Amino acid sequence: MYNFDFEKPSTIADAVSALSAEDAQALGGGQTLLPTMKQRLASPSKLVSLKGIAEMQGICTGDDGALCIGGATTHADVAAGAGAYPGLAALAGGIGDPAVRARGTIGGSLANNDPSACYPAGALASGATFVTNAREIAADDYFQGMFTTALDEGEILTEVRFPVPEASNYQKFEQPASRFALVGVFVAKYADGVRVAVTGASEEGVFRWTEAEAALSGNFSANAIADMTPGEDGMISDLHGTAAYRAHLVGVLTRRAVTAAG
Amino acid sequence: MPKDNGIGASPKRREDVRFLSGTGNYTDDIQVNGQAYVHFLRSDIAHANINGINLDAASAMPGVIKIFTGADFEGVGGIPCGWQVTDRHGEPMQEPAHPVLAQGKVRYVGDQIAAVVAETLEQARDAAEAIEVDLEELPAVVDMKAALADGATKVHDDLTSNLCYDWGFVEENKPAVDAAFEAAAHVTTLELRNNRLVANPMEPRVAIGDFNRATGESTLYTTSQNPHVIRLLMGAFVLGIPEHKLRVVAPDVGGGFGTKIFHYAEEAFCTFAAKALNRAVKWTSTRSEAFISDAHGRDHVTKIELALDADNNFTALRTDTYANMGAYLSTFAPSVPTWLHGTLMAGNYKTPLIYVNVKAVFTNTVPVDAYRGAGRPEATFQLERVVDKAARELGVDPIALRRQNFITEFPYATPVAVEYDTGDYHGTMDALEKMADLSGFEARRKASEAKGKLRGFGVNCYIEACGIAPSNLVGQLGARAGLYESATVRVNATGGLVVMTGSHSHGQGHETSFPQVIAEMIGIDESMVEIVHGDTANTPMGMGTYGSRSLAVGGSAMVRATEKIIAKAKKIAAHLMEAAEADIELKDGAFSVAGTDKSVAWGDVTLAAYVPHNYPLEDIEPGLEETAFYDPANFTYPSGAYACEVEVDPDTGKVTIEAFNAADDFGNIVNPMIVDGQVHGGIGQGIGQALLENAAYDENGQLLSASYMDYAMPRASDVPFYGVDHSSQTPCTHNPLGVKGCGEAGAIGSPPAVINAVVDALRSGGHDIHHIDMPVSPSRVWQAMNG
Repeated sequence: MYNFDFEKPSTIADAVSALSAEDAQALGGGQTLLPTMKQRLASPSKLVSLKGIAEMQGICTGDDGALCIGGATTHADVAAGAGAYPGLAALAGGIGDPAVRARGTIGGSLANNDPSACYPAGALASGATFVTNAREIAADDYFQGMFTTALDEGEILTEVRFPVPEASNYQKFEQPASRFALVGVFVAKYADGVRVAVTGASEEGVFRWTEAEAALSGNFSANAIADMTPGEDGMISDLHGTAAYRAHLVGVLTRRAVTAAG
Repeated sequence: MPKDNGIGASPKRREDVRFLSGTGNYTDDIQVNGQAYVHFLRSDIAHANINGINLDAASAMPGVIKIFTGADFEGVGGIPCGWQVTDRHGEPMQEPAHPVLAQGKVRYVGDQIAAVVAETLEQARDAAEAIEVDLEELPAVVDMKAALADGATKVHDDLTSNLCYDWGFVEENKPAVDAAFEAAAHVTTLELRNNRLVANPMEPRVAIGDFNRATGESTLYTTSQNPHVIRLLMGAFVLGIPEHKLRVVAPDVGGGFGTKIFHYAEEAFCTFAAKALNRAVKWTSTRSEAFISDAHGRDHVTKIELALDADNNFTALRTDTYANMGAYLSTFAPSVPTWLHGTLMAGNYKTPLIYVNVKAVFTNTVPVDAYRGAGRPEATFQLERVVDKAARELGVDPIALRRQNFITEFPYATPVAVEYDTGDYHGTMDALEKMADLSGFEARRKASEAKGKLRGFGVNCYIEACGIAPSNLVGQLGARAGLYESATVRVNATGGLVVMTGSHSHGQGHETSFPQVIAEMIGIDESMVEIVHGDTANTPMGMGTYGSRSLAVGGSAMVRATEKIIAKAKKIAAHLMEAAEADIELKDGAFSVAGTDKSVAWGDVTLAAYVPHNYPLEDIEPGLEETAFYDPANFTYPSGAYACEVEVDPDTGKVTIEAFNAADDFGNIVNPMIVDGQVHGGIGQGIGQALLENAAYDENGQLLSASYMDYAMPRASDVPFYGVDHSSQTPCTHNPLGVKGCGEAGAIGSPPAVINAVVDALRSGGHDIHHIDMPVSPSRVWQAMNG
């Protein structure tokens, strides 16, 4: 680890100001950033912790019924407090281990957009709204490829608003070593259609499997996508699975998610 | 009621109190006054010429004391290899130089280019980043068969090829073996890979070199399984320090699994630099460094053939193995695929003719050496896989085929040069069958199928050679060391004992089990006995702990020394009671005269030895301290039968272990709880190898699984509750305790059972599959089903 400055502001405005310094970096729970810094693979001049900002903590229900989760809310708190959206609570409760869930935050995960992380699948499948200090961003515009999002430099993800679906489920098939998602599929059924988001599989990061969405929107059952598999083009191929295997898992897990969502 | 003291009792491990309460004293806990820190600049390229190293900028960095490169070690010996294998043609193996820091070339990702010694670790790391190295990349040699092709790039330019040796065993048997295959009614052939593993002890390696200018003595604190071996190898062969001027301390060590047997360059560096700088120098490996600098394990590619007659008797066995040595020869690397592997190919079977060929190959990868089981898991895996395949091809029950071919008469001389003293292979198989509830399997399979899962049952036997080893024998086989063990038993005036053993505990529980033996012999409480190990300054020359040898060899030395103590104490007791020495009996901590009510307590005798007012000074010396060295007459041969039940999810290929049962014959058992724990841990590692662990290199020699993000260690949820049974006991005939050793059995015996079960499951689902290479990851299983 290289030396760095550290600030822990208590308001979003102070955080934005602190992040205006050159090479400053926002710090959520540090579950990715700190190991990266220890490996000397990242060297921010300043870390700005978002954990002291009260207005970024916690879960509430918006006027439109959406579940609003503060960006600095931990996975453990979402697992325990997002009962109104059981599929999302279960996703949060399955991330990492208890220590990771006690530190890691939803904002940190979504701002990092790891291609194998769980939250991007939940947020994209929910058509969530990403609230920042400057604007609101639709989920379909937010994810822009591996480790890439619509966030500008210094922009803070303060809240994520999840429309609550009629039915939902997340199926994660763990990579044996990291236990990140080798493939993860989140299915959410809304009155106006079904959304299916896939993490872990694509070289472009989280994506919507629109073919399955179309079939499931007409008939929300595993049979509707019985023989369906996305193409293996663009799927990740590595030590833990070929592109064909990942594509196959997308089909399997989507069917399981639909069945489990009921 | 179970015993609560002595042999057969299961007292809780006394060392665990400090391990579990954070009060252990591991090497990294040691802070030497004024210590500096070293960071090694390691190659990130697998194979390259070093065309230049510019230290100017780095040397001027804050806190830098000195930066060393290979040039600083030109007058110093290389890291030695402790075993010389002679090839099929009677020629010695090719043995390349192994410099402490790279000279001219780097040969694997992780090879040390330079070592920065600085006031703080961060300063050393900063300066290492400022070193300018001009590396000219060369083609990386990774695949073993490609490495032996004509015109292949050479890892070592001064060797004739990348072949370390081509070993045939037993070479004279080859024509007869080949003839038996010609005459066979059935031949089963299997090609497989024994996957490369990273040992991953919980505690990474650490070395601290220290030098006392006043006495001229060097001290090395190190995470070692065998401090005396390190003192001998490093002192005599690398740095030229006589043993009386070199002390090696291996205090609490947090797991070894073989990878802490070897003498590593970092140890020599810290010892050398401490003297050169007159400063203690400390190195603590990071986990990332451990992946690319701890010796790896396994990595064999094998073709095995089994010949059977028309009655399904095994008539001959033939194997052809490529064994990866990595870039340099680690301390015992050449012995692993040869004498620790070929000699075990008979397994539990009376196969009369066996021929083993092993080609050891240099590649641009981390050196490979012994890892829990060392050669024996490789032997067991291929043998028990081919026997299983043969049973399927012949349509016979795999257990019946094994039983039919079991060795049943002992001693038994195998065609691969070892003589099993005892064993009862039907006995362990009987115990296994009982535990594994074979009759209930079909119902369990149906229940799994009702859930859409495939269920499989796999069984295997194993034999191992432990209690390493008769020194005269291993000397003939190329060992450059003896393999005896030592113990000094010191009785204090008030009756307590201290045992200074050459064995080394790095998790095995010696501090608990060794006192049980002495408590049994004298009839005193275990708490009166303390075990001292791990410091060459206060223990007799010993060879350390590996190869499941501690109790069989180190424990035997302790028994011999204690026998001397008791013999002398009896003389003293006879004097005190004015009786004939022959009439003295020792029982429950008291000496009595046979046929009388006269007795003196143990403590009275020990006090007399040190306060010899009334003492036979004309016959014996005062004091009560004895040393014994024990050199075993043979290996010991633990054996067993293991069974695994798996479920396979046909949709994803994921394998889950539903049940694992192990029946072992370890001979006599001192502490059943510790033995159970050793078996549990070994099975966990075996399941890790079978399902999860994979040290994989790409074609450029980059380790793809160089962190826990990609190297899958077994976790609690990956393994079931184990069934273990140690009721089948055929005591070793040639050591005084009748013990065989239990440390490696689990890791040796478990991988084939897992794979046999997976193959069984897949075949039950209609997949015509005979083998999947380890680890049987979900993707590999799915590939096999859909390939």
